[in-house]
Amino acid sequence: MKLSPQWIRDFVDLPVDDGQLAEDLTAVGIAVEGISGSGADMVFEMEIGTNRPDAMNHYGVAREAAAIYDLPLKTLSAHQPSTESASGVAFPISVEEPQLCPRFSARAIRGTKIQPSPEKTAHRLQLLDQRPISNAVDATNYVLWEMGKPTHVFDLDLLEGGRLIIRHAKNGEKLKTLDGVDRTLSSEDLVVADAKRPVGLAGVMGGFDTMITDKTRNVLIESAWWDPLTVRKTARRHGIHTDASHRFERGADFESTILSCDLVAELILASGGGKLVGNVVDVASERLDQAPIILRVAEVHRILGGNLKTVEIFSILKKLGFGLIPEGQAGIEFEVHIPSWRLDVEREIDLIEEIARLHGYDKFENSLPSYAGAVVELPDSRTDATLRQRALALGYNETVSLSFISHEDAERFSTASVLELENPLSAEASVMRTTMVPGMLDMLAWNLNRDIDHARLFEMGRVYEMQRGERTEPERLCLAATASAVAAGVSLGSMPDARRRNSDSQSATEEFRAFKGDAENLLGVFSYDQLSFDRETPEYFHRGRSARALMDGVPVAYFGQIAEAVRISRKLRQDVYLAEFDLAQLHARGLRKVVYTPLAKYPAVERDFSFIFPDQVEFGTMQETVQSLRISELCEFQPVEIFRGGSVEPGKYSMLLRARLQSDQGTLRDEQISAWSRRIVDTLQKLGGVQRA
Amino acid sequence: MAYAVPKLTDYSADVLDKSAADLRAALKQEVLSVQSPDQWKTFRDRWLARKNGIVTQVNDLWLKSAPKGAKKLAGQTVNDLKKDVEEAAEGLRKSWETGQTIQVAYLGAEVPAAALEAYARDKVGPVDISLPGIQRPIGAEHPVMKTSREMCAVFQRLGYSIAEGPVIETDYYNFEALNFPPNHPARDTQDTVFIAGQQSKPQRERLLLRTHTSPVQIRTMEKMRPPIRIVIPGTVHRNDPPDASHSPMFHQIEGLAVDTNITFGDLKGTLDHAMKEFFGSSVKTSFRPSFFPFTEPSAELYISCFICGGSGKRGKDPCRPCKQTGWIEILGCGMVDPNVFEFVKDHGYNPKKVSGFAFGMGADRVALLKYGVDDIQLFFSGDVRFLRQWA
Ligand SMILES: [Zn+2]
Repeated sequence: MKLSPQWIRDFVDLPVDDGQLAEDLTAVGIAVEGISGSGADMVFEMEIGTNRPDAMNHYGVAREAAAIYDLPLKTLSAHQPSTESASGVAFPISVEEPQLCPRFSARAIRGTKIQPSPEKTAHRLQLLDQRPISNAVDATNYVLWEMGKPTHVFDLDLLEGGRLIIRHAKNGEKLKTLDGVDRTLSSEDLVVADAKRPVGLAGVMGGFDTMITDKTRNVLIESAWWDPLTVRKTARRHGIHTDASHRFERGADFESTILSCDLVAELILASGGGKLVGNVVDVASERLDQAPIILRVAEVHRILGGNLKTVEIFSILKKLGFGLIPEGQAGIEFEVHIPSWRLDVEREIDLIEEIARLHGYDKFENSLPSYAGAVVELPDSRTDATLRQRALALGYNETVSLSFISHEDAERFSTASVLELENPLSAEASVMRTTMVPGMLDMLAWNLNRDIDHARLFEMGRVYEMQRGERTEPERLCLAATASAVAAGVSLGSMPDARRRNSDSQSATEEFRAFKGDAENLLGVFSYDQLSFDRETPEYFHRGRSARALMDGVPVAYFGQIAEAVRISRKLRQDVYLAEFDLAQLHARGLRKVVYTPLAKYPAVERDFSFIFPDQVEFGTMQETVQSLRISELCEFQPVEIFRGGSVEPGKYSMLLRARLQSDQGTLRDEQISAWSRRIVDTLQKLGGVQRA
Repeated sequence: MAYAVPKLTDYSADVLDKSAADLRAALKQEVLSVQSPDQWKTFRDRWLARKNGIVTQVNDLWLKSAPKGAKKLAGQTVNDLKKDVEEAAEGLRKSWETGQTIQVAYLGAEVPAAALEAYARDKVGPVDISLPGIQRPIGAEHPVMKTSREMCAVFQRLGYSIAEGPVIETDYYNFEALNFPPNHPARDTQDTVFIAGQQSKPQRERLLLRTHTSPVQIRTMEKMRPPIRIVIPGTVHRNDPPDASHSPMFHQIEGLAVDTNITFGDLKGTLDHAMKEFFGSSVKTSFRPSFFPFTEPSAELYISCFICGGSGKRGKDPCRPCKQTGWIEILGCGMVDPNVFEFVKDHGYNPKKVSGFAFGMGADRVALLKYGVDDIQLFFSGDVRFLRQWA
């Protein structure tokens, strides 16, 4: 909103320059956000809170300035224009909805000439980016910007039946508004109508068919007070936002209807000539009730702190136009009467804010309150911090992706029922995410498309689901990495240009193991007895290269390579790995509690076993069978080397296994070790393994 | 006094070990004192000359004269010593040849013997220490999350507890209980994203994406009686099309303190302290009147521009982050409006007895300012080149 400091100076003789004025206004909450132009053409870009319609005009700002500098504010008045017939009734008005239109004032002018506005009026409007139209229309606009009261002018001769009626529209009734749009009205709309039809949408916009034109000779000026809620609903229903509706929605000055009529009339008469017909018409069915407020000095101190003197409190409110009883300046409470332009002041706290504002916020002394309450941590904050630290330590960068995804992605990447948006930003962002996977894939694609081959990302956050008719926001953790980044992790050190090797079985295995290791590192944060893996993963994972992790039989995570079909459809330029953790499940388990295990006193012995196995025998099976031997001294059983091809016939693979044996009773003897080794070899042979020489 | 090879009368293992240790100590000392190629030649001749070099002397005095029974042990000891001396000499020579003339001086006398021996034994020679280190990747914290956590930590140190609440809120918590009555113009400023299919519900139960973290104030007050101090980090959404300074999703940090005697001065003092903690102790604060439905009096907090130091200029150029004003708007705050307390009155928040303050800021905005990032969209891109800058 633009205002002219020169115009403000019409109403108060300011002792400061425009720059200082801007600063001082800003300090009391009438914010000048920018200044443009210079000299008489300087313009302030204002930012005025929705609660202060009274300050959205020059006179209102002048009033604030007068209060700041403690200067007199000039009275705003119209020179009494000459009246053709003081006794004649100007125009009959009947208000059928007095509650929604408690006041309607009007004036009629006859014999005026519609022409461009005088230079001064036009120039001032142009400064505010308002387009001059004609003297009559500009007069209403000028008055709106001068003192904040919206008015409207009709071509009096186009009003049929010689009267105006304020009524609800009939359902389906039509009105072409000033912007040229044909509108179908509802019975909830309040209209100004002539004998035949609506001629204006109350407080929002006038009608096209009764507007001022070059041919207009006789003008009817309307200045009403409309119910804010009604104006707001109508404006929203019809998608119109005007300077008038903006002010009426926030509450106009009830006492300004006649003055604004007179000011508009004065401008029209001065520029186009003509005569006023009769007196002002003023239908005021109901006074606006602005009850006085009791202000207690103690309450001012309780809220603001410090010790503002009663005399200061009194003087601030006085300067802003409030009436205080008693008139003395030493009471412990006052009855405060609210000026008609301050509809926003309804409660004691509103007055306290006025006092603080004018006193100057920065003048209140800073203090730090003491506190006797407890400080508590969120139940999962430590777990989440641990997970985050681990993910970072593993080289994953923390990311944040948007909460919106497309319907299609929600269906493809989750089975949860979605929360759909009423007014989404786009079709691709029409539901709340039920999964982090599409967001992660998009971020990986972004990187790959910019030749960033090594990307490791993680995100912790919420997804949004409907469960049994209730909304829930389960927490998830998602890890993702490009195959290059995973491969670089296989050879420790990860030189910056480490290239992914051919996607043979061996490197696929190594990559999977490297990524699985990261998943295990995160799962290892939690408390469980048994961690197991199976192949039950969602379709968007690669069939043979993904796994589900279960803690004590409960699924907690999926991880592995993304399915080729997904890779292609997401235009990913290389394979990517992804892991999803169900944090709700994991949080329920809690952090692993560390219990110290005494260090071994006796040396460990390692034995290697080289075998050829058929492809279908997996390491997990070997491990299980070996564990089932219940050799308590067997403390580790690991694959050391896996090899396919070469001298190993197809369908089989060579596997070097390493057993680590240790006792807490004493040093192991050779015979013991040989006996256990034999049992291990036997059981592996039963699985179909052939021991190599 | 220079080392001289002693004659042995006793060839026991103890004496041999002790004598060998003395010799090695002398070797170490002399290796360390070599400072030039000339000195190296002197060192080599003294220790390795065929005729009367120390190694030759050891051979003569300790091995040749040893009685039969002690020959084996003496032989082994002498061989080991010989190897060490040769390696030390060789190591030194290599260091001259590679031009690392300061190498020995660098090792210094305080280098433990083990390190010196390792050096003397090293056949590989020095590495090019100017080659870049091979860094294991370390992940980077997201700048907005980092900002949010750091800001929350400032308040945690002041006794605030973290609180959270749902992103998908009801009209009641997001608006009504925060003194945005239905159809109030203040709702216009919130650009709300609504959940579909809510028309059949009463207005206060209709679901929407919270437009601010303030609903958590109400939710927390419903659960905890005063006094409370909470800080609320969280995701919020607005129907703002994305551009360099807007995102439909962003992050807020909200605070609330309620007690029997909280004043506007407390609000100012707390936030002044927090801003100094976060941005540095030289930052100044200024409060300007503003309007929020759920606080009164309401204020915007400005801090002196930490980029230009409040001058509005960077050298000769205008300072852009503060638009040359020297001040940057950082958050909105105010005293909790009594109407808000009315909604939680039954939980111990009688506005006649308690008062409080609330504040809220955009973590993304603070991060943009703090790190000088010029496009908010980068925060949500997952671009590794961008994220790595916080590693
Ligand atoms: Zn600056």
